[in-house]
This record gives sequence, C-alpha cells and structure tokens, in this order.
Amino acid sequence: MALDKNGIAKRIAQELRDRWYVNLGIGIPTLVANHIPKGISVEFQSENGILGMGPFPIEGTEDADLINAGKQTITSLPGAVFFDSSTSFSMIRGQHVQLTVLGAMEVSENGDIANWKIPGKMVKGMGGAMDLVASADNIIVAMMHTNKKGESKLLSNCSLPLTGVNCVKKVVTNLAVMDILDSGGFRLIERAPGVSVEEIKNATAGKLIVEGHVPEMSIS
Amino acid sequence: MINKEVKNAVEACKDIKSGMTIMLGGFGLCGIPENCIQTLVNKEINNLTCISNNAGVDDFGLGLLLQKRQIKKMVSSYVGENDEFERQMLSGELEVDLIPQGSLAERCRAGGAGIPAFFTPAGYGTEVGQGKEVRKFNGKPHILETALTADYAIVKAWKGDKAGNLIYKGTARNFNPPMAMAGKITIAEVEELVEPGELNPNEIHTPGIFVQHIFQGEKYEKRIEQRTVIKN
Repeated sequence: MALDKNGIAKRIAQELRDRWYVNLGIGIPTLVANHIPKGISVEFQSENGILGMGPFPIEGTEDADLINAGKQTITSLPGAVFFDSSTSFSMIRGQHVQLTVLGAMEVSENGDIANWKIPGKMVKGMGGAMDLVASADNIIVAMMHTNKKGESKLLSNCSLPLTGVNCVKKVVTNLAVMDILDSGGFRLIERAPGVSVEEIKNATAGKLIVEGHVPEMSIS
Repeated sequence: MINKEVKNAVEACKDIKSGMTIMLGGFGLCGIPENCIQTLVNKEINNLTCISNNAGVDDFGLGLLLQKRQIKKMVSSYVGENDEFERQMLSGELEVDLIPQGSLAERCRAGGAGIPAFFTPAGYGTEVGQGKEVRKFNGKPHILETALTADYAIVKAWKGDKAGNLIYKGTARNFNPPMAMAGKITIAEVEELVEPGELNPNEIHTPGIFVQHIFQGEKYEKRIEQRTVIKN
C-alpha cells in the first residue's frame, strides 16, 4: 500500500543521524520532527531565525514573536537560540546544516527541483528554498510520486521554473525511496510496503534504474 | 550619548515622501513595524518601493499599503499570503522583484556594511540568475548579487534605549538587524524605550549607530498568521 504523508515523514526520519542540524520545509517535511529515532539528538533550524525549535505550543501559551518559517506558532527547546536572517542563511550557505528536507512540485533525473512558481497561475515566491537547495550537501525531497492529475512528478526534465539545479540527492515518495545518481537517473532503493516495482515504473516519467532485488521499506 | 528619541511614528516618518525606497523589517507578520506602517497609510504617500521579505496579509501589515495602492514596487522573497497582492501583480499594477530569502538578507547586510556586491550559489541556473554574472569558486557556479540600500529602513524591536541600541525578541528579530544597517535613515519602533544604561551592552543586537530615530510604539496587535497549538 502506498504511504500516507506521515509514512513518508517516518521513512525520512530514518535518514537522521546523531548530532545533525536539520532544516525542515513546509508540509510533509515538518512531520519528520514527530518521528526522530530513539537514542539520537538532532536540532531543527527554521530559516526565519531559530535553532532548537520545539513542538507547537500548548493552547493559550502561543507567542506572536515565536514562529517557524511556515509562520506557525512554535516553542523553543532548552539550548535554543534566535538570530537574524543574515546569520540564518550564513548557517545554510556555509553548510553548517547537515540535512535539508523540502517538498517539490517536480524533480528531474539529474537532481533539478521546481517548487516555487507555476507561470500564469501561482507565484508565491521562493522564500528560502533557492538558498537551501543551492547550498546544502544533503537534500532530500519529500513528496507524492504523482500530482493531483495523476501525472508523474519525477521527470527527465522539469517543466516548471527551477528552484535549483543538480542538487537533490534523494527522493522519498508515497511509493518509493530513490537516490539520484551523479550520472543521472532515479535509482530505486526501496518500495513502499506492498507496492510493486512495476507500479513505481509506471508512475515515474524520468529514468528509473532498477538493479537486482528492491526491498520493501521497513516502517514500524 | 546622542539622543535619537522622537515622539511617535508621525514625527519619525515626517520626511518620508512619495517615490522613496523603504525597507521594512519582519517575517510574515512577526516583528513588523506596526506603528510606522499605519502612519504611512495615513500619510497617503504613494509610488513607494518597499523592500520586505513578505507583503503582509490582505488587511494587516504591508497589505494595508497595498490596499490603498501606495506601493509601486515590492522586493520580497515570499508573497503567498495576500490575495490583493496577487491580483495587482497579475494585472501588472504592481512591479514585483522576487529574491531568494538568504540573498535578500545578505543584500541588505552588504548594503549596510559597505560591500557593493557578493557571489552566492542561490539562484544559479534559475530565473533569478538570468542576466547576472556567473563565476565558479571551488568548481561551483555562483551568481553576482548587488547590495541593497534604502532611503529609509523601518525596523521593530522589543526594547531600545534613547541612544538607538536595540534588543529583539524571539523570531521577531529576522530581517530587522540587516535592514537597520542598510537605511540612509533608520527608524526603530520599540515596545519599551528606556534610558541609556538600562540595557546591558553585552546583550544589544543592533548598535545605536545604525539608528537615527527611535520611539516607543503603542497598541501593538502582533497578529498571528498561523495559530498552531496543542490542545491541553
């Protein structure tokens, strides 16, 4: 069965490593914080200016001066720190953040990503996404494998205006985990429970590389 | 001590005129200079170029200036929460320059720091990089971004003293410090204005040298855009 959004977040949480600083984008990526593996310490950075971001506040304690990059009210954990936008992007551009997880409208087989604009239809702006994808060494895209019309979001080339080029390393969808190879192509690493290689092939418009047996994800 | 105190937003903004370029601190509705925005609305000046990470919402923040068509051009990174903004942009009434958030912050900081331009990887290979000089450093392509300055920078802080020293609270700091540096004239509105000596010099975020006018604001609404809570 294909994963739901929480399932995608759970699988991505398995990529977290002890002592990492992590930036989570809006949407599915935000859910990753709910599934940190036991026994490791990670700190979440939100690019509007906090390290050590905690969960949403208990009702009645929310503070207008304490929000995340999605403008949601949050809390800060012991050891947290606030900083200005210039310092925040020094952390990002300077590669002091070990992992960035973000959503996408399209990803191409050479690691290009599009997630900020649909010409003539939607222009919200890129926010911090262009800085994040251009700077981070380790970028995971969290998204559904196909869009609402059922069209593949994993393409040979992105059709929408790009957010960044040759930057995405891994994609986790409701159907599969794939690495993007330096030489191009989505290498299938894992299948969602009960999803066949054939189903994943059919949902992938870009080059899908299948080598040997592809295991199912193990998600508790 | 050089005393920067002015009475209120009206006095601080008295020389702001139509056609000027104004930076406004804040991220979403967090840390925005509410008093000065209302004063600019009341002044009925127009043709403004506003540099601000966001454009407020329809009925608050910079949305108030948009509603009255006082803004000619917006320089921002994300404008997704404002229907009137989208309408004016799609109809061509409003010029919009969208800039990656980190580049926007650094362009302001550079403007204040006397650095005319810098290279960044953000935006390379995208619309943002079109027409900009590209250079490779350590094998990686970067684009040249130029500094931003403004006739006025208007920032909001939590506490300030009459010398213009500022302390921000929580994530309301955001764009306020780099913009405070980049205004030819910088106005700071604060929730609490104190005498020099009352703030601990070790804890000041923006040194008063960057601030020309300071006043204690009133009636802060501090609206929350996305109230996300855990039910007790």
